[in-house]
Amino acid sequence: MTDVTEIRWHARGGQGTMLAARTLARAAINQGKYAQGMPEFGPERMGAPIRAYNRVSDENFSLYCAVVNPRVVVVLDPTLIGPVDVIDGLTKDGVVIVNTAESPEKMKEKLNIENGKVFTVDATGISIKELGRPMPNTPILGALIKTVPLITLDALLDDIKHTFSEKFSPKVVEANINAIKKGYNEVKGAN
Amino acid sequence: MPRVAAMTGNNAVAESMRQINPDVVAAYPITPQTELSEEFAEFVANGKVDTEYVTVESEHSAMSACIGASAAGSRVLTATSSAGFALMWEMLPIASGTRTPVIMTVVNRAFSAPINIHCSHDDTMGGRDAGWIQLYSENSQEAYDNMIQAVRIGEDMSVRLPVMVAMDGFIISHAVERLELLDDESVKKFIGPYQSVNPLLDTKKPVTYGALALQDYYMESKWQQSAALLNSKAKILEVAAEYKKLTGRSYGLFENYKLDDAEVAIVIINSAAGVAKMVVDELREKGIKAGVLQPRVYRPFPHEEIREALKNIKAIAIMDRTDAFGAGGTPTFTEVTSALYGLTNPPKVINYVYGLGGRDIRVEDIHGVYQRLTEIAKTGKTGKMFEYLGVRK
Amino acid sequence: MKKLKSAREIPIGTAIEDAGCSREYHTGSWRNFRPIHDKEKCVNCLTCWIYCPDGCVQVKDGKVVEFDLKYCKGCGICAEECPAKGKAITMVPEEKKE
Repeated sequence: MTDVTEIRWHARGGQGTMLAARTLARAAINQGKYAQGMPEFGPERMGAPIRAYNRVSDENFSLYCAVVNPRVVVVLDPTLIGPVDVIDGLTKDGVVIVNTAESPEKMKEKLNIENGKVFTVDATGISIKELGRPMPNTPILGALIKTVPLITLDALLDDIKHTFSEKFSPKVVEANINAIKKGYNEVKGAN
Repeated sequence: MPRVAAMTGNNAVAESMRQINPDVVAAYPITPQTELSEEFAEFVANGKVDTEYVTVESEHSAMSACIGASAAGSRVLTATSSAGFALMWEMLPIASGTRTPVIMTVVNRAFSAPINIHCSHDDTMGGRDAGWIQLYSENSQEAYDNMIQAVRIGEDMSVRLPVMVAMDGFIISHAVERLELLDDESVKKFIGPYQSVNPLLDTKKPVTYGALALQDYYMESKWQQSAALLNSKAKILEVAAEYKKLTGRSYGLFENYKLDDAEVAIVIINSAAGVAKMVVDELREKGIKAGVLQPRVYRPFPHEEIREALKNIKAIAIMDRTDAFGAGGTPTFTEVTSALYGLTNPPKVINYVYGLGGRDIRVEDIHGVYQRLTEIAKTGKTGKMFEYLGVRK
Repeated sequence: MKKLKSAREIPIGTAIEDAGCSREYHTGSWRNFRPIHDKEKCVNCLTCWIYCPDGCVQVKDGKVVEFDLKYCKGCGICAEECPAKGKAITMVPEEKKE
């Protein structure tokens, strides 16, 4: 069976999850990999719990369905832990990355997982500092590729420079790049 | 040189439309096709194409404008989904009846009620007998490739029929994935310039479109149309062969995935076929002879070829992402079983409705179907022939 | 009877390629009343020319000359609308013509 890394994102509508998942897929594809990035669209509005998925592989694959057994779970909003079973189906060697100012040890306890690693990064704090508003999607992307090296930091930054420049001002692009770098450098882990 | 791109299905089709650079697009946005028509409108606004974009007030008008523009002598594209497709209904047989080769992407979405924006094949399956050529696409790559081939097929002088290219709403239309694009020049060369037949704008040779034909000529008109559709099969294969030379990607009437020695098989369309093929790979590793038949050309339906591909299979599940309420099975079921009719020892067949309204179809769901097929192949007992897969009863 | 064309002979999409082919369709054969025009009573107001649905009223130099019976279906609108005193147009059964 083709080796595919499956990622599931948990967030709230309006946090830029779809953009993050699509950006990751695009950056991976531009690095010569096969990847998917898809949102799970429901009736959600701003603030409603949502999910998005990524698959990344060195080989071609054709899985057009939701990720049920993720190796990586990204939690963009820590208040979802509890109301949403974010670690549902997580593989034994799974990785959970949570946007929180709390320690990874504390988060591991809160998530109540035995196997797998937990990483934390204060993506909201970083984005408020860099972008002036809570958009944790880009800093957590930095944290994600540090902990799960699917693509290099340079590849991600290249993609952000290229695609964000089409829609945002140079100032916003620069702020996002700084946010990604900070997310990359500041992520903390507990085994 | 092909270039690798990361695009959603909607992006990919919009990109193909930019490269085709049609004379006219008349389209009305509807979820999940919206991104596609918006992106193309942006190409028009930014001067990336020479297209006249007609912003119509409904899909009925969109298709009417497309037919008119095509009759006027132009290359015409459009796109829609679900209720938009339904609103075009009156005009669909007019496009095929007037033999105006309009090319339309349909981003498959369920019909209401209840309201649902996700994928079912209700729209294109409902319109399967409107006289259009129908091409189905598993993913963004296939949607892109089908669009470019559709232009050549529909506009060919031996065909002259409208073509619809279907892809799954959201699952494909909104998912970024990897695909290979042709360069603009190659697309331009492959599709060639538009050749019109009886263009209305030719004032030196005035013609009438859509005139009355009653008991004396209506049947002749329809026979002519029917023959054109049936005969288009050869052209579809010819265009596919030429496209393979250009891209290396092969297309046929359907994909035969490991069917040749298969004992159990699933017949399934669009994105879910991708999942089924991955499951077949897993099963093959365990020594189970499983295969997939994935229809691409649904109209004209390749009965003889499908019969040939399936005749030695022991048990087949025919799965549709739509129901034909009250019929003797779903659309593909009745097509495939009629293809198998007359075989002395025909395969056992079962029929599933799956994935309605975007219900996820997962690896384990497909495993379950193959398990049942293996059981049927062993015992020869079919059991219940028609089922909704995974529905809570 | 004119021989009908086969499906292979008709233009694709059943387009009509000969412009103005309706001229070959002599609707005058439908007529069972024909208009008889009385030049003496006619005031040449051209009301009949306006109303005739088949354009059968032939006018020259502002005067009604004749009715084109090749296409006149005998509907009688001209006779109905004629404002001339005592009516300049009368509808006469076809079998009583001459």
